[in-house]
Amino acid sequence: MSALLELRGIRAAHERITVLHGVDLDVAAGQVVALLGPNGAGKTTTLRVAAGVHPVESGQLVLGGRDMTGADPRDLARAGVCLIPEGRGVFPNLSVRDNLLMMTFTGRGREEIEEIAFARFPVLARRAGQAAGTLSGGEQQMLALARGLATDPAVLLLDELSMGLAPLVVGRLYEQVGEIARQGVAVLVVEQFAAAVLDICDHAAVLVRGRVERQGHPDGGLRAELSALYLGSST
Amino acid sequence: MDQFLTFGIVGLSTAAIYAVIGSGLVLTYTTTGVFNFAHGAAGMLSAFMYWQLTVGWGWPVPVALVVVLLVLAPGFGLLVERFVLRPVQALGEAERLVMTVALLSGLIAAARWIWDPNVARPLPMFFADRKPFHLGPAVITWHQAITMAVAVAVAIGLRILLYRTRAGAEMRAAVDDRALVGLTGADPVRAGRVSWILGTQLAAIGGILIAPTVTLDAAQLSLLIVSAYTAAVFGRLRSLPLTFLGAVVVGCMESYLTGYLPQNDYLPGLRLAAPALLLFLALLVFPHRRLRGRERRLARVPVPSARGTLVFAAVVITFGAVLASLLGEADLITYGAIFSLGVVALSYVPLAGYAGQVSLCQLSMAGIGAVVWGHLGAHGQLWALAAAILVSAAAGALVALPALRLSGVYLALGTAAFAVILDRWIFTIPAFHVLGLRIALFDQGSVDISGPHLFGLRLDSGRQLMVFAAVCLALASIGVAALRRSRFGRRLIALRDSEAAYATLGGNLLVAKVAVFALASGIAGLGGALYGMQQRTVTADQFSLIAGLPIFLVAVVGGLGAVGNGLFAGTAFVGPTNALIAVAPGTANLVALLPGLAGVGLGHNPDGIVSRFRRQWEPLARDRIALPALLCVLALAWALRFGDVINDWTYYGGSLLLAIALRSWADARQTAPAEPEIPVEWWGLRREWRPEDEEVLARGVAAG
Ligand SMILES: Nc1ncnc2c1ncn2[C@@H]1O[C@H](COP(=O)(O)OP(=O)(O)OP(=O)(O)O)[C@@H](O)[C@H]1O
Ligand SMILES: [Mg+2]
Repeated sequence: MSALLELRGIRAAHERITVLHGVDLDVAAGQVVALLGPNGAGKTTTLRVAAGVHPVESGQLVLGGRDMTGADPRDLARAGVCLIPEGRGVFPNLSVRDNLLMMTFTGRGREEIEEIAFARFPVLARRAGQAAGTLSGGEQQMLALARGLATDPAVLLLDELSMGLAPLVVGRLYEQVGEIARQGVAVLVVEQFAAAVLDICDHAAVLVRGRVERQGHPDGGLRAELSALYLGSST
Repeated sequence: MDQFLTFGIVGLSTAAIYAVIGSGLVLTYTTTGVFNFAHGAAGMLSAFMYWQLTVGWGWPVPVALVVVLLVLAPGFGLLVERFVLRPVQALGEAERLVMTVALLSGLIAAARWIWDPNVARPLPMFFADRKPFHLGPAVITWHQAITMAVAVAVAIGLRILLYRTRAGAEMRAAVDDRALVGLTGADPVRAGRVSWILGTQLAAIGGILIAPTVTLDAAQLSLLIVSAYTAAVFGRLRSLPLTFLGAVVVGCMESYLTGYLPQNDYLPGLRLAAPALLLFLALLVFPHRRLRGRERRLARVPVPSARGTLVFAAVVITFGAVLASLLGEADLITYGAIFSLGVVALSYVPLAGYAGQVSLCQLSMAGIGAVVWGHLGAHGQLWALAAAILVSAAAGALVALPALRLSGVYLALGTAAFAVILDRWIFTIPAFHVLGLRIALFDQGSVDISGPHLFGLRLDSGRQLMVFAAVCLALASIGVAALRRSRFGRRLIALRDSEAAYATLGGNLLVAKVAVFALASGIAGLGGALYGMQQRTVTADQFSLIAGLPIFLVAVVGGLGAVGNGLFAGTAFVGPTNALIAVAPGTANLVALLPGLAGVGLGHNPDGIVSRFRRQWEPLARDRIALPALLCVLALAWALRFGDVINDWTYYGGSLLLAIALRSWADARQTAPAEPEIPVEWWGLRREWRPEDEEVLARGVAAG
């Protein structure tokens, strides 16, 4: 299985402080890869690099075999990369309907998008006219995730979907993520609380201080090591 | 009744214009997050262009309309978007505000430069030759009917664009979260362009429609916008229908005040100031929510050392003394303003720099100080100077009370409205009596101002007054520096960083804001009094909102957090412009553009020029050879100039060149700094993780 999204030796910096020291990651179509690690490890930065929002110092970003290093976020979005950013990935002053309208720039039409989103998350249909900023946290995440569902991306990048949500809601959201992957989308999930994703992912990578310290199948061995890695000792 | 109807129709047609302009303002604000203070100025410029094409060059009206509305206005909007706003897009609200204020100030100066303000430029109404409609007893001219029809069309068109189209959603989304717009595959830059084009076109339509009914004057037309601002504030800068409603209220109010206000000496100004009053009230009455969204990069506020401050104060006084010893009487009056307006500019440091309160009425406060000193200090008693400071401080506190609820753009608007109320109404009121006390302002003309008595000495010559002003600036700078180091200063900065956090930490917002407004206004009042002494006689015009904008701009460019800003702003505002005029007298109008252009520098230097200056000159000030050498040569040069051995140009140019040369020399002498110490916990983050680090750590742990 060849990878759809490849990060090759990515180094990236905030201001002058290097935070990613050569990250290698492959995500194949239909695969869910979990990117785990302690706070400040560089997970968000990795996703932002993959979406073209953050510049790289060196290394390559390859999408479906094509080198896309240095491309605009807009071009990457049109090439099928969909990043649901940390926090709420919605436009708070726009209504739910207008938020959905903003998902039409990558190809699909308005009716189709509304149909898919409302079918998956019926609550959004009931709130269609409401400003997204006034939705509950879970509803906002559903709206954000709807972009991943409805725009038919090739690569879906999710950053901390669980932030501030009840476990039940998180479980439901990740079920949807699993379903997206089954349709052939390459999914890269960043999650602080490993338990939430280890059950649905096919592959896990642990990022510590800007380096992938360990990756492999999310079996017992990796789980046991995780707790040690979270304490920050790299030995 | 007929009269009532007639005034109503006049009011509605004015309202229609305000609605068009106001909706342009709302459009750019909701779609780019920029409150465009120069919106009215864009309309003004369009009106002038339209006049130039039709009356000036005799082009047919339709052609001129097409050229102005479809070519010039969009082009102008694009230029503004590209060169004025995109550079500061990532900076804070204050910087974006400053850019549009710079634009306002620059456009007025440009219009005055191109179109001589002393020539009358009447513009005919549209279809002036057609017979007006009769609606019962009322008469509606074609111009009025067209105006109202245009407003309705604009309302419908905008509503559809913003809320029914994808482009509209894209424009609104770009304010919420520009980065996210990029992630969805849309183009935030395009959205910004479209709204600037449309906004400028709306301003142009408004300008062209209103110009025939008023005099074509740059400042006046730009400030007609106050009424449109009021309308937009009715709509809380976001709702178009409420903006239209606000426009109707303002338009009718103005019209009925014209018709029914009693005629006496005190009230005509009220009619002119009415929109500003209403703006002030509307700001207070309507709750304001800032647009949601994240940004805000707060500038650092340097802490001056006690020693550094004293050295700086000495430099200020020496500079004043040197200038005073060399300049002729006329130049003393011109350049004396370096120090008096410097004091006014310094008042921005505690207010805007520390407490984060952007006020546009500091020069008005200076005007109050000047007037009080002029009337009370006619015999030079020093207590009158204290009174001038206190009265200005009281006025500042008065502004602070209502302004307590406002912040950011709204505070800037409120203080601008206050300045306009002073300009147009309060400053024009003749002397009156309250409880037997005669209160006089500008006496509807000018006020004569004399110098103070100090240690039995009457300071009256330009020379003495310049040194006096320099000493005052030095003392005020020391005071502001002390404030920065004090507990209150730290509290003000906490207040700037987050008002909510400040309040939850137990700080009293009311006391802090009133105190800092009073303090800043007191300083400005002192500056005004000094300025008045130097000028000998002052008029209200010298302290108007428009006159104050360039000082604000230069202060911002200097860096609002820096105590040295008083001297910098005074010098930069007074020095180059007058020096240029002295060299090339024909450029008087052109140089008025300079402060506006200076705003552009902000994009490159968000922390301000003063702190950069400091960094650049620090090596020289610490050098044990270069500094004494510089001082000796400067003293020698001064002696030569004083003895008339060398001329002005050799002296000023030579001193400057020498200082710069010595600076580079001192720079080069400095040994290269060692690698900065990085604390252990940052190893691997601030610098590369090295293999030997592990060993160092292990040893440290074992030893400890
Ligand atoms: N805008 C920024 N400016 C400077 N440093 C930053 C910035 N954003 C992140 N960093 C630094 O980069 C490093 C990696 O940050 P990143 O947000 O990628 O971590 P993360 O793994 O997503 O953490 P978390 O689990 O807390 O979200 C951190 O040390 C952080 O302090
Ligand atoms: Mg993160």
